[in-house]
Amino acid sequence: MSKLYMARNPRAAARSLDGEMMIMSGRDSTLFTLNKTATILWQSADGATPLEEIVEKKICAEFEVEPIRALADAEALARELADHEILHISEAPITQQNRTAGEKR
Amino acid sequence: MSLLQELNEKALTLNIPLSVQLDLTYRCNERCVHCYLDHDDHGEMTTAEIKHLLDELADAGVFVLSLSGGEIFLRKDLFEILEYARVERQFCVKLKTNAIMVREREAARLREIGVESIQISIYSHRPEVHDGITLVPGSLRRSIDAARFLKSQGLRVIFANVLMVQNVQDYQGMRALAEELGVECTLDPTVTPMMDGDRSVLNLGIGHETLREVFRDQALVGDVDEFCAVPSPGDENSLSALPCSAGHTACYVSPYGDVFPCVQFPLPTGNVRKQKFLDIWRYSEKMNEVRSIRLKDLTTCTSCTHVGSCTRCPGLAYMEGNMRGPSSQDCEKSFARTGVPSANMLAKKRAAPNLVQIRAVPTSPIGSGATALA
Repeated sequence: MSKLYMARNPRAAARSLDGEMMIMSGRDSTLFTLNKTATILWQSADGATPLEEIVEKKICAEFEVEPIRALADAEALARELADHEILHISEAPITQQNRTAGEKR
Repeated sequence: MSLLQELNEKALTLNIPLSVQLDLTYRCNERCVHCYLDHDDHGEMTTAEIKHLLDELADAGVFVLSLSGGEIFLRKDLFEILEYARVERQFCVKLKTNAIMVREREAARLREIGVESIQISIYSHRPEVHDGITLVPGSLRRSIDAARFLKSQGLRVIFANVLMVQNVQDYQGMRALAEELGVECTLDPTVTPMMDGDRSVLNLGIGHETLREVFRDQALVGDVDEFCAVPSPGDENSLSALPCSAGHTACYVSPYGDVFPCVQFPLPTGNVRKQKFLDIWRYSEKMNEVRSIRLKDLTTCTSCTHVGSCTRCPGLAYMEGNMRGPSSQDCEKSFARTGVPSANMLAKKRAAPNLVQIRAVPTSPIGSGATALA
């Protein structure tokens, strides 16, 4: 499986409410809430750390969950959030430059 | 329950101010006849002070930040503040403006920064009426041009209209204009007293008969029979409800750092130049007093048939002299909507002395009997 990188879309509004993220899409103002594990993924989405590493160090270390299952769930979530344009995902590290280029396309 | 309602409930339980209106300035380039503000600058917060406040608000859990004024585009640092609010602190930012300084370049920057919506004050589709309210010739044309620039950037635009004697006949034309431009449109029949307590501006309000007609416009209210139905009396549940979100999940900060429960509730609770925002929010006696009030604690209103459905604004009640009392403007609205007078209106009627009283004047030894006006 190739590596997947995630970066928060700076156009989204976000705030933690009691450990869970409220996120408003910058595209259409749709409001989302993320549960605690999804919140960990969101907060770790720095564009530089592979999803696999985030899952291993921050999800599996904290929750009793099988690594393969956790990674599959995390990847599905990342793709869903990317569909709503609140996360950027890529198979290469995401920098400010390539994120901006992606937004302009 | 919608997701937003769920989040509000959660914020209420956790005592988190989910939304804050921050007025960046009271200065304005229009002079609207109904405006409640003093437009002189008495020492606005600096850019650094505002950024510090935004940090405090974000840390306190504020999610929705409404930036208003005065006219926000008169602040030379507006875009710096917006970038900080969006990029550094990830607020959901809503703007309130007359937009007459918004051209293509500003609209494009707002798109880049990513604001949730831009609310523009529009009072009529006719320049002679709109400009007659703002007292700025050409203001309607400029505001509408701005709405077009903003829409062309894909931004959400909302026209906000206050219904007054000068423009009430135009609201349908204005709604048609909004539809043509593809923007949303809100109407509000509430004229707010001046911040210094002067209530003379309330004479601009449209009055009961006209309001009654507006409330029976199907295009506005949908099912007229349902909207104007006589309310059922309040039960135990409705009486334990909160009057509104002011001081509970929302508050207002002035350009001078004063914190109030709401922009329409000028009860000073602290100043962010002297105290931390969160200390004011959590520990201000006044804020906690506002927070403690339930509908069952209201004077007069608890016995009112409208208590469960009234739009009573605690801030307007406060400006009338008692934050636990009725808000006469909302009594008028309930009456105009249903035809049923509020408990407050009935009490005032009972208490009001007849304007003209005729009584016999004792016959003087040298005069004859007569009547006189007391």
